[in-house]
Amino acid sequence: SWQVVWDTLGNKQFCSYKITTKTQNFCRNEYNLTGLCNRSSCPLANSQYATVREEKGRCYLYMKTIERAAFPRRLWERVLLSKNYEKALEEIDENLIYWPRFIRHKCKQRFTKITQYLIRIRKLTLKRQRKLVPLRRKIERREKRREEKALIAAQLDNAIEKELLERLKQDTYGDIYNFPIHAFDKALQQQDAESESESDAEKEDDDDEDVDKREFVEADDSDLSDFEDMDKLETSSEEEPEEEEEVEKKASHSKSKGKTPLKGPARRKRPYIEIEYEKETEPTTKTKAA
Amino acid sequence: EKLAAKKKRRKEREALGDRAPPKAIPKTIENQRVYDETTVDPNDEEVAFDEATDEFAPYFNRQTVPKILITTSDRPRGRTVRFCEQLSTVIPNSHVYYRRGLALKRIIPQCIARDFTDLIVINEDRKIPNGLVLSHLPDGPTAHFRMSSVRLRKEIKRKGKEPTEHVPEVILNNFTTRLGHSIGRMFASLFPHDPQFIGRQVATFHNQRDYIFFRFHRYIFKSEKKVGIQELGPRFTLKLRSLQKGTFDSKFGEYEWIHKRREMDTSRRKFHL
Repeated sequence: SWQVVWDTLGNKQFCSYKITTKTQNFCRNEYNLTGLCNRSSCPLANSQYATVREEKGRCYLYMKTIERAAFPRRLWERVLLSKNYEKALEEIDENLIYWPRFIRHKCKQRFTKITQYLIRIRKLTLKRQRKLVPLRRKIERREKRREEKALIAAQLDNAIEKELLERLKQDTYGDIYNFPIHAFDKALQQQDAESESESDAEKEDDDDEDVDKREFVEADDSDLSDFEDMDKLETSSEEEPEEEEEVEKKASHSKSKGKTPLKGPARRKRPYIEIEYEKETEPTTKTKAA
Repeated sequence: EKLAAKKKRRKEREALGDRAPPKAIPKTIENQRVYDETTVDPNDEEVAFDEATDEFAPYFNRQTVPKILITTSDRPRGRTVRFCEQLSTVIPNSHVYYRRGLALKRIIPQCIARDFTDLIVINEDRKIPNGLVLSHLPDGPTAHFRMSSVRLRKEIKRKGKEPTEHVPEVILNNFTTRLGHSIGRMFASLFPHDPQFIGRQVATFHNQRDYIFFRFHRYIFKSEKKVGIQELGPRFTLKLRSLQKGTFDSKFGEYEWIHKRREMDTSRRKFHL
């Protein structure tokens, strides 16, 4: 009759535990010993069958005999195997004495594999486990959009520049940068009030802060408007006979705000300025500050 | 029709000339921000006292020099590794160590033994860095951020060179509330207290609507009122997820602040930093 069972379920007709793939047939039955769908490993088509299964870390040996074939409830007999590997193998041998070689062998193999994976589980739980947190798409999108908007609202460059200028004003940099503010502001005002006059201004070249100055020299060369500023510089310096350091160029930039009203007269003065400028810049060499 | 209304308004304004009423201030989210009761007042005594006695006091009193350890999660991919390297050039006195499966709980005592003041762990997911854990070591607060839009140095459009070894300045913008204040101090404690102005480098942590943007620039004062900045160094944005009182401990740590989505993300105008 077992042969009949196999003929119908196993080979010809439908078995709900059977899964067929291209190369092999698998058996999904939980009492199956090998996991494949074979005549010798089908728990439904064999009267005498045994498996090893584990539950909550403990291994059990399940056995099925012909005597109990009529009582499905008592069909599978369960024996707890010892935790000791060798002892458990002996127990399997004891219980399956006089059973076919195939079943005994496969039971032991299955038991070995189960113990190995149990060991692995125990080792892994000791190490750090990676917790997977699912992303929420809506939230991700919302966060991204908010970040972009915040970035635009932040106007980082402006903010940083403002902060740096604030620090400059509050003198946190000490004496590194010399911007003689007051002098040139006054000069500007005076210039606005008076008409311009030609001048031979004497300036001193201070080579203290070479790095900065050299940079500024370069910048000035490239910018035409600077010549106008240089001009104002000339006129202002004649009115304020104090000795200025080389930083007039920096100051010239600062006066760029007030440049426009002076454009007319400044332009007339340009040829003069150029001459002077050349004299000054000839000795200085241009190097790029790091 | 909006355009038409605008044009009409502008014409009216021009017609009125000097007597026109002042321009209406546009409503921005920053303007409409829900008032946060933990906003720090510059003159607040309690805050000042707190700051004098919290874990960053030794740093701000210049007793300790920051020494930083940067590491990643397991098996960092190329992008993360390069980001770590760049970060270590930005932050002076920092070291990058790889983590081959070492538990954080065990490396923290080791770090303390070797005199590190801060630990940065960059968490990685799918080959990009996406999280940052910053913990102040001698039993200091631990902040966990989500990191986004990381740009490496070569992806930034600029023509400058790498950051030099000078100690950069630090700019902390817009950290208003108590929480923001403590986070700001955490960032400040990463950098040595005396910036070398010769280097002309500045690291900026700018908080805007709870997103902290990090940028690293080199600045030049072209004149008294004009400064030019050139971006070098990596950039990234952080969003605070949680702040723990002690060092990093996920199970037993005492959380000072956690971002609870259901409660905190309800209003568009409410921010916590």
